[in-house]
Amino acid sequence: MLHPLFTEEHEAFRASARRFVESELAPHAVEWEGEGHFPDWVFKRMGDLGLLGLRFPPEYGGQGGDWGHAIALAEEMGRCGSAGVAMAVAVQSEMATPPILKFGTEEQKHRYLVPAIRGERIVCLGISEPNAGSDVASIETTARPDGDGDGHGYLINGRKTFITNGVRADFCLLVTRTDRGAGHEGFSLFLVDTDLPGFAVSRELDKLGMRSSDTAELVLDDVRVPASARLGDEGRGFVEIMWELQGERLVGAAGSVAGARLVWERTLEYAKERQAFGRAIGSFQVNRHKFATMATELEAARQLVYDAALAWERGEYPVKEISMVKLYSGLVVNRVMNECLQIFGGYGFATETGVERAWRDARLLRIGGGTDEIMREVISRTMGF
Amino acid sequence: MPRAGLFTPDHEELRGYVRQFVERALAPNAQEWERAGDFPVREVFAQAGQVGLFGAKYEPEYGGTGPDLVADAVITEELVRCGSGGVAAALGAHKDLGSYYLYRFGTEEQRRRWLAPAVEGRLITALAVTEPGAGSDVGAIRTTATPAGDGWRLSGSKTFITNGPVADVVVVAAKTAPEAGHRGISLFVVEAGSPGFSARRVGTVGWRTSHTGELAFEDCPLPADALLGRMNEGFYQIMRNFQWERCVMALAAVAAAERTLELAMGYARERKAFGRPVGRFQVWRHRFADMATEIAAARSLTYHALRKIVAGEDADREVSMAKWYATELDWRVADEALQVHGGYGYMMEYPVQRAWRDSRLGPIGGGTTEVMKEIIGRSLGL
Repeated sequence: MLHPLFTEEHEAFRASARRFVESELAPHAVEWEGEGHFPDWVFKRMGDLGLLGLRFPPEYGGQGGDWGHAIALAEEMGRCGSAGVAMAVAVQSEMATPPILKFGTEEQKHRYLVPAIRGERIVCLGISEPNAGSDVASIETTARPDGDGDGHGYLINGRKTFITNGVRADFCLLVTRTDRGAGHEGFSLFLVDTDLPGFAVSRELDKLGMRSSDTAELVLDDVRVPASARLGDEGRGFVEIMWELQGERLVGAAGSVAGARLVWERTLEYAKERQAFGRAIGSFQVNRHKFATMATELEAARQLVYDAALAWERGEYPVKEISMVKLYSGLVVNRVMNECLQIFGGYGFATETGVERAWRDARLLRIGGGTDEIMREVISRTMGF
Repeated sequence: MPRAGLFTPDHEELRGYVRQFVERALAPNAQEWERAGDFPVREVFAQAGQVGLFGAKYEPEYGGTGPDLVADAVITEELVRCGSGGVAAALGAHKDLGSYYLYRFGTEEQRRRWLAPAVEGRLITALAVTEPGAGSDVGAIRTTATPAGDGWRLSGSKTFITNGPVADVVVVAAKTAPEAGHRGISLFVVEAGSPGFSARRVGTVGWRTSHTGELAFEDCPLPADALLGRMNEGFYQIMRNFQWERCVMALAAVAAAERTLELAMGYARERKAFGRPVGRFQVWRHRFADMATEIAAARSLTYHALRKIVAGEDADREVSMAKWYATELDWRVADEALQVHGGYGYMMEYPVQRAWRDSRLGPIGGGTTEVMKEIIGRSLGL
């Protein structure tokens, strides 16, 4: 029985996505993790296959699909063995681009969205700053009027950090402050080409997990952009980026739960084979119950993801539910990866089995896209506290 | 598409209707009934029967409004809101155990004789499987039914039987081929007042309004038509109904946890400490967020199991997951709710202590958490 989010058509799509992931991505996972980088052809290839525009309308090169497709792809990408690849691709297809469709002009859609869906132009999302992470409202990057009259451009100054795809991006969806005095009303989004004068990658960051994806610190020093670079209305940037974050959290959770499930499946196989004290370690009751607990929590997390996606598909804007999805899946995936590493014992600690990689990759889930603590703040506010 | 792939507008209408009944006829009396350790059993069963709470799973020929398992799930969720775990358990044991067994395994004649009045709430049912020496391990029961004339003689004892002391008919599991282990169990319908059948109520830490009891059968004669279902297939019949029983327990636990959280948050909004409502302290806000999140996860998991059952698929693993997860959560939420109430949480005049006591049975009854994990583990090939 399929979850009501999916039809047989989604399952057929899922099967083809799985074939792609298993044959073209997974075999490279170890190599890319070792290099701390994966090649640009992944974007191009996925663009050619139509996998970067699942929920976008055909007029922009998209597939005209729905959340069922997006969740199915996220889950299959979660099984590629390198969460960094899945994350980088999701930034391209489900995080930085949906705001262009929703808030962009026709010209912006053709200039940025269409090539992004094709995988020809790589995009990054510039939200976090050295002094502003989950607290988006304290962003200090400014976009000040440049020139006179209605058609004035902007002069952008500031720093962004922890930017996925930032080292190689062709353009950046940037969150800036356009009015210092206006609180949450003082933010605006921009689409900024990274080859503009004043735009620089100041550092490529080394990190604990998600090592195959590139992560940048960006500096914007008097970057001049025309008025046409502004995405959406001036002063609406905060609301717009909060909207973006909902899709980001949902897709991220779907992929991470599926990725954890794959590691859990491998751990289960291992526990059936590995002998200790004369029997398979999985046959010890404590381990059997550990697997039962993990299976239950993974299923709960998956169903929670599906229910939230279904709510969105049906036209709701389920902020509370998505915050719960983000919080719950991050906690479950971290617990499960830690338990899997434990069951693998010394082999879990050794890099060759890939369990330690999944364990490291998982740790970001409780931080990126809004920390556990921020999710709890959001949820408690929706309940009137 | 129905909500969660399950609930149509008709179901939502039913939900409102049941809620009204629960809020009007049950909830206002909960505190008093709990204090007395009893409730007007006959009257409440008759009322519940009259509004149709027992018939959602059955065709109109038995007085039912179904068959509609989703409607029955709605009734379960709403009954929990009566605020007395014991009343909800008594009605639930009748609805999902005793009378459901009569429907599932009964002959046409048995259904007409016992099920129809059970649906009306005029006849109260119970299910008796557990014994002093056999709980989750059903195969180890020792009650025997030995052939005698056209029928049998029943000997043995049962315990922890919800509705046992007040039931008009009890479905009893007994060994009919003791040497065959779990393959030698059959089910029998035993009417109250049968010679040699006696019942004694036992005290319980929670569910205090429900009549939970020990049953004794001393050479109790059973007629030929007392056999429910097929000879020596009782174990499999019990296992078959476990899926529904555990699904219902998960549904009830999710609904109960949600109600307890509402209780806790309501109190935390009113109660002030250090100059502000307790619920405004960040630690409590975050604990409420965690609880609400886990309740949502438990609900998603439970509805997943329910969808499978409604679709006619085997849901053994899924209901086992939902049952242990939801009932353990209900208990944890109740403990947190008691904590936020501080000293008042420990006082009998506040309802939160009852949620704490009532929820403790969830991880035990209907198969313990440990047994659920055994089932899941085995389904994974371990």
